[in-house]
Amino acid sequence: MSDILKSLIEIVGERGVSNAPEELWFYSRDPGVLAPHKPDYVVAPKTTEEVQKIVQLAGRENIPVVPMGNGMSLAGLVIPLKGGIVLDMKRMNKILEVNAMGRYAVLEGGTSQGMLKAYLQKNHPTLRHSLPDAPPTTTIAANVALHGQGRLTNQYGFNSDMVTGLEVVLPTGEICRIGSPSIGPYWFSKGPTLPDLSGLFLGWLGCTGIITKVGLKLFPNKKFRDVELFVTDRVDLVPTMLYKLTHLEILEDVNVWFQPKPLMFLGNYHITMFFTGDTEEEIEFKRKMIWDALQEFMDSKDGGFMSVQYMKSALLEMPGRTIADFADVPKGGGFEYSGPIALIEHYPKYAAKVVELAEKYNVLYASAARLISGGHCMMFSISFAFNRNDPAMMARVEKALTEAMTFALDMGGVPWKPNFKEQKMVMQRMEPNALKLLLMIKKNLDPQGIMNPGNWEVTP
Amino acid sequence: MYELKFKEKVCATCPSSDCLLKCQYMSFTGHPEAHGEMMKVVKGKDSRVLNECVTCYACEEYCTRGNHPFYLISERREEKGMFTAPRPITNQWINMTAMQGKYLAGDVKDKALSCCYIPDLGPLGSGEIFKDVASAGVFGAEFMCPAVHTHFARMSVIKERLPVVIENYRKLGVKEVICLHDECYGTLTSIASAYGMEVPFKPVYYMDYLFERMKELKDKIKPLGITVAYQRPCSNRLIPDKLPLVKKIFKLIGVKAPKRLYQDENALCCAEILRSVSGYKLADDVQKRNIDDMLKAGAEYCVFNCPACQSSLSEKVSKRGLKPVHIIDLCKMAIGEKGREAVL
Repeated sequence: MSDILKSLIEIVGERGVSNAPEELWFYSRDPGVLAPHKPDYVVAPKTTEEVQKIVQLAGRENIPVVPMGNGMSLAGLVIPLKGGIVLDMKRMNKILEVNAMGRYAVLEGGTSQGMLKAYLQKNHPTLRHSLPDAPPTTTIAANVALHGQGRLTNQYGFNSDMVTGLEVVLPTGEICRIGSPSIGPYWFSKGPTLPDLSGLFLGWLGCTGIITKVGLKLFPNKKFRDVELFVTDRVDLVPTMLYKLTHLEILEDVNVWFQPKPLMFLGNYHITMFFTGDTEEEIEFKRKMIWDALQEFMDSKDGGFMSVQYMKSALLEMPGRTIADFADVPKGGGFEYSGPIALIEHYPKYAAKVVELAEKYNVLYASAARLISGGHCMMFSISFAFNRNDPAMMARVEKALTEAMTFALDMGGVPWKPNFKEQKMVMQRMEPNALKLLLMIKKNLDPQGIMNPGNWEVTP
Repeated sequence: MYELKFKEKVCATCPSSDCLLKCQYMSFTGHPEAHGEMMKVVKGKDSRVLNECVTCYACEEYCTRGNHPFYLISERREEKGMFTAPRPITNQWINMTAMQGKYLAGDVKDKALSCCYIPDLGPLGSGEIFKDVASAGVFGAEFMCPAVHTHFARMSVIKERLPVVIENYRKLGVKEVICLHDECYGTLTSIASAYGMEVPFKPVYYMDYLFERMKELKDKIKPLGITVAYQRPCSNRLIPDKLPLVKKIFKLIGVKAPKRLYQDENALCCAEILRSVSGYKLADDVQKRNIDDMLKAGAEYCVFNCPACQSSLSEKVSKRGLKPVHIIDLCKMAIGEKGREAVL
C-alpha cells in the first residue's frame, strides 16, 4: 500500500478511499464526449476538516485534487485530466440551517438538489430553491460553482447569483468564509456590502478552492404553478416575443426550444412560460397577461398557444425528465451541449447554426434556451445526442460542439461550463489585462497548480 | 384528387340562409345579407364569413338541403391561402397526425373498434359493454379520421389522408368499423360522401352500438337517478340524425337531462378550438355561458361524447361543482362496472 493511500485512509477511514480499478474507471469519465482519464485515488470526505487535511496532503505531495459533485456537467469538468485525487463531496450532504424568515439555507458542499427540494417540501413548504434541469443527484455547490441556471433564473438570475455565503478550503488548506458569515453567524449575503470575494470561486470550476459550505437564497413557493406554451415558425420574431413576455415581469422561467423529433415539433420554435400564484384568480390574471402580450402574433397568424393539457404534468415536473429522453433518441444514451450565454437578439442566428451543424456533421440536434434575469441574456444550448457505442458519431459531435463554441465566441457569447479546450479558446480571445488578472488570481490562490489542473490553466 | 360535391344551385335558391343566420358566432341582419355572403363564398369571392367563421361545424347541421357549407368555407379559405388558426399551430397538427407506421391493431377480424388517434378511447372501449370487440381495437394516425384539419381549413390534408385511412381499414379486411370517436363516424359518412369517397365497410356509430348493448344488458342496469347536462361535440354536427341516441341512452340508464338553452341545435362547442383560433376572450365567454347554463339546468354531471371536449372542459366544470364523465363511463356506472367516484 502506498504512503499516500495510507495517509488518505488515516484522514477519512478505509470506506472513504479507493484506488480499485473499477472505481477509478467510473471516476475517470462523465457522460459527455471528452476522453476519460483515470484518477489515482477517489476520496469521499465527511467534514470540512477532512477536506482540509486532504488538500494539505495533496499540497505536500504535489498531487492534483479534483473536487466533484455528481459529475454530471457533461463537459468533462471533473475528469481528472492530470490524475491525482478525485474528491467526491457527496458524503458532505447535511442541510445545516434553514432561516425561513431570512429565506436562505446553509448546506454542506455535497448536498444534492433533490435533498434540498425534499427537505423544503417537508419542512418549509412555503419555500423553494431554483432547481436546475439536471438529475436530482447533482449537487448545489457544483451547480453554483459553474454558474448554473434553474427554474427561477428568469426571475432571479444565475443560480450563482443566489449564493448568500461560502465556506471554502483554499488550495493551501486554509478554511475561509466568504460574505456575511465571515463576520457573523448569519449567511444572508455573499458579498455586499463587503468586497465580493465569492467571485474568486464561483465560475472557477474548483480551480481555486473547494466549496465545503454554501449559503443559498430560498424563494416563495406559491400554491399554484402553471405553464403556457407558445409556438411560432418565425424564428426572427422570437426575440420580440421574448421582449414582450419579459416586460410582464411575472414569469419565473422562460424556455425556448426546438427540435426535429418527434414530428409534431418539427419546424416550430416553442416558448414555454412558467408562472405561479397563490390563488386561482392570480393564475388566471397572469395567464391573460401572457396571452394579451402575444395576441398580436396570433392575429398575424405567426404564432399561437398550444394546448398543454396532455403535456402539462411533464412540463411542470421539476427537474424535467424529457432532456434525458432526448439523449436516447439515437440509442446509446449520450448527449452533450454547448451552452453559451448569448444576447437574446442573436437567437435566430444561433438557431440557424444548430441546424447547420447538425446537417454538416450528421447528428441529431435539439436546442433549449433559458432566459436569464428577466431577459438580459439567455443560455442557448446547442445539444447533440449520440450513441456512446459509436466512436465515429461521438467524434462528429465533438467537432460540431467545437465549431458551435467558435461560432458563439464570434457572436460575442460567453461559454457556459466550458470544457478545458473551450476554456483555452476563451483565453485566447480574452483582453490581455483581464487574462493577466485571471493568472494573478490563480497563481496567488493555487501557487502549486494542484486544483483541478488542466482547467482554467492560464499561461502567461 | 377528390373534389367537394357542392351544389351551387341548391345554395342559390335557398329560402332560409339558415347556415349563417343560425350561426352562434356571426351576426347578419337577415336573409338577404346572409344569402349574399354565402353566395360570395360559393362564387369564390371574398366574404367576411371567411374571416369570421370559428369552425364550430354547426352550419353542416343547419343546412337541411343537403349541401355542405362548412366544407365549402374551409375549401375557399385554403384556396385563398387563409389560416383559421395560427400557421404554426396548423402545421403542428398536420405533422402531429402524420402517418409514421406507428399504429396498433388488435385481433381484427370482421369488426374493428376504432380508437382513432386518441389514447383515452382505449380504456373507454373496454369491459362488459365492449367485450366482443375490445380485442379488435385499432389506434394510430393510420386509422385516424383527419376531420380535425377542417378546423384549420386544410381540406387538402383530408383529401390526401382520408382515402389512405379507408384503404388501411380495407386492408384489415373488416366489414364493420365501430367508431368510438364521433368525428371518425362523421368523417367516414359525411365527409367521405361529400367528396365522393367510397367506404368499403360499414361505419358503425359507437352510440348505436352502446344503445344496443345497453338494451342487451338491461337486467344489469340500475337507474342512476342523476341529473346531467350533455356537452355536444362539434363533429356531431356532421351526423345530426344520431343526436337522439343520447336521449335514448339517458332514458335507458335512468338519467335526467333537463332542457337547457345551449343544447341540441343550439349547443355551444367546447371552445378550445376557439381559444386556439382567436384567443381566450371568446373561448372563456363561450365556456362560461355554457357551464352557467348547465348549472342553471340543475345538472350534477357534465356528460361528454368527445374526449377532446372532455379534456378541454373537465377541469373547468369540476371547479364549478359539476362531475365530468364520458357517456360510456356513465353506462359503465349504470351496470355497476364503474363507481360514481371513479369519474370525479
